[in-house]
Amino acid sequence: MKEEFNIISNLIEENTRVLDVGCGNGDLMKFLQENKTKDIRGLEISKEKVQNCLSKGLTVIEGNAESDLKQFPKSSFDYVILSQTLQAFLNPELVINELLKVGKKVIVTIPNFGYWRVRLQLLFKGTMPVTENLPHEWYNTPNLHMCTIKDFYNFCSSKNIKIFKSIALKKSRISEINKSNLNYKNLDSHLGIFLIES
Amino acid sequence: MNKNIDTKKIIISNPLKLDCGKEINNFPIAYETYGKLNSEKSNAILVFHALTGDQYVSGKNPITNKDGWWSYVVGENKPIDTNKFFVICANVMGGCMGSYGPSTINESTGKQIGTDFPIITINDMVNAQYELIKYLEIEKLFAVVGGSMGGMQVLQFVANFPDKAKLAIPIACTSSHSAQNIAFNELGRQAIMADSKWENGFYSNYKLNPDKGLAVARMAAHITYLSEKGLQEKFGRKLQDRDSLRYGFEADFQIESYLRYQGSVFVDRFDANSYLYITRAMDYFDLSKQYKGNLSDAFKKTKTKFFVISFTSDWLYPTSENREIVIALNSVGADVGFVEIESDKGHDSFLLDVPSFLKTLGDYINSTYKIINERRI
Repeated sequence: MKEEFNIISNLIEENTRVLDVGCGNGDLMKFLQENKTKDIRGLEISKEKVQNCLSKGLTVIEGNAESDLKQFPKSSFDYVILSQTLQAFLNPELVINELLKVGKKVIVTIPNFGYWRVRLQLLFKGTMPVTENLPHEWYNTPNLHMCTIKDFYNFCSSKNIKIFKSIALKKSRISEINKSNLNYKNLDSHLGIFLIES
Repeated sequence: MNKNIDTKKIIISNPLKLDCGKEINNFPIAYETYGKLNSEKSNAILVFHALTGDQYVSGKNPITNKDGWWSYVVGENKPIDTNKFFVICANVMGGCMGSYGPSTINESTGKQIGTDFPIITINDMVNAQYELIKYLEIEKLFAVVGGSMGGMQVLQFVANFPDKAKLAIPIACTSSHSAQNIAFNELGRQAIMADSKWENGFYSNYKLNPDKGLAVARMAAHITYLSEKGLQEKFGRKLQDRDSLRYGFEADFQIESYLRYQGSVFVDRFDANSYLYITRAMDYFDLSKQYKGNLSDAFKKTKTKFFVISFTSDWLYPTSENREIVIALNSVGADVGFVEIESDKGHDSFLLDVPSFLKTLGDYINSTYKIINERRI
């Protein structure tokens, strides 16, 4: 978690306006507030988590990214963050489009379904993968649309979404993703972090 | 009902132009304060009361001898802690607890003003209370807070005075009264006016009181403050002090007895004309119309931080209407948080012991106070 927060924080310029979509209990918001910018908002679907955030004095709105991002004007945030939530949406493509409208830049992090540990579970055990990052069983997972680093990379190029920066994370090892090492990073990283723009 | 209430009061001498066109001056605004104003004057919270509330937010209400109407929220070690904050609450204009209203005595005639009182609006109420803030020499409030009609006043206050409050918390309210809201208020007004003792609003001249009409108004309104589930769970079809139906029109059911009781205690503390005037002010409230149909323009200039709260079972001011406020605020980039609190207690949830509401509200106010003070905005 800490590494992911650091990477996200390093992608953000100081004193900018940030929206964290699916902000959970506000840990990332708090981290960014202490390190980067005071001007940060959150959107979260769980009442309990929204209440936790508000209790800490964080500005969070209870709402659903699929329907409630529309209320923010175009380009009203310098950065919109979607941390490990894309896979939980009914329609991830729609959400990405909404994010790109609301934010001048968008940071998306995805738990990589192409990670070799995940692949091995399906290959050898023959069961749906359960990992530290993806702890749910197939029958209770909130994750509807799992994807790999390569899937997301290809999605961006096919939709003409500019990738400013793409970073792979394995444990605490950070590396850049590019066209030539894509297949390797897709196999050897548990998390992908993308800075994109429409 | 203005029975020589010994209450704190200021006389506002500045002329105030009302929305109806009439200008008033030298009128009283009654208020109460709790806690102490700190030396930087940075800990003041203005609380706005709802339709039948008054300035006695906390402690014992000297008129009714009951707990103040927001005792769960305001007081020592409560979510709005009076050890820390200086809480101000004024009786709204049109009210009957000492502020300028239909039961105020007209000094030239020695009689109550009655329905010669001008029609007032939420805007007028807020402008009058702003005079109180000036009188108390508070340059900037830490927060303005209120539920229901109090929430409407919060919205109007920030629209009128965008740099006078650091934080605004409208709870269970709306930016414009819906047809359903107006319908229920009209029902209440008609009940009062149908009472033969109303005498076109001059009942006090005849030493009369349209208490039957006012009680019916209260009973009808009271139903709108609760939820179907809450009513069913609390009362169901339980009978009142009897084992079987009596085949008559007495209060066989507990819910009937409860409503009759609510009606009867209300008439002892509230003035029928005040009820007419204040419900009218609520019906006239349409903040977006004040800004040519664009609600966000009401908040365009504001630097105030907002926290909007609604309740799941509130069908009088439902979440959808509270969300409209959030959407308008977001569209002008205002700093707004929002949560819908889970509760079966209907619209009245904001007045009652709803732990997740009280905790979230208290924690939010206290963390925000700390953050704002650290940043010295």
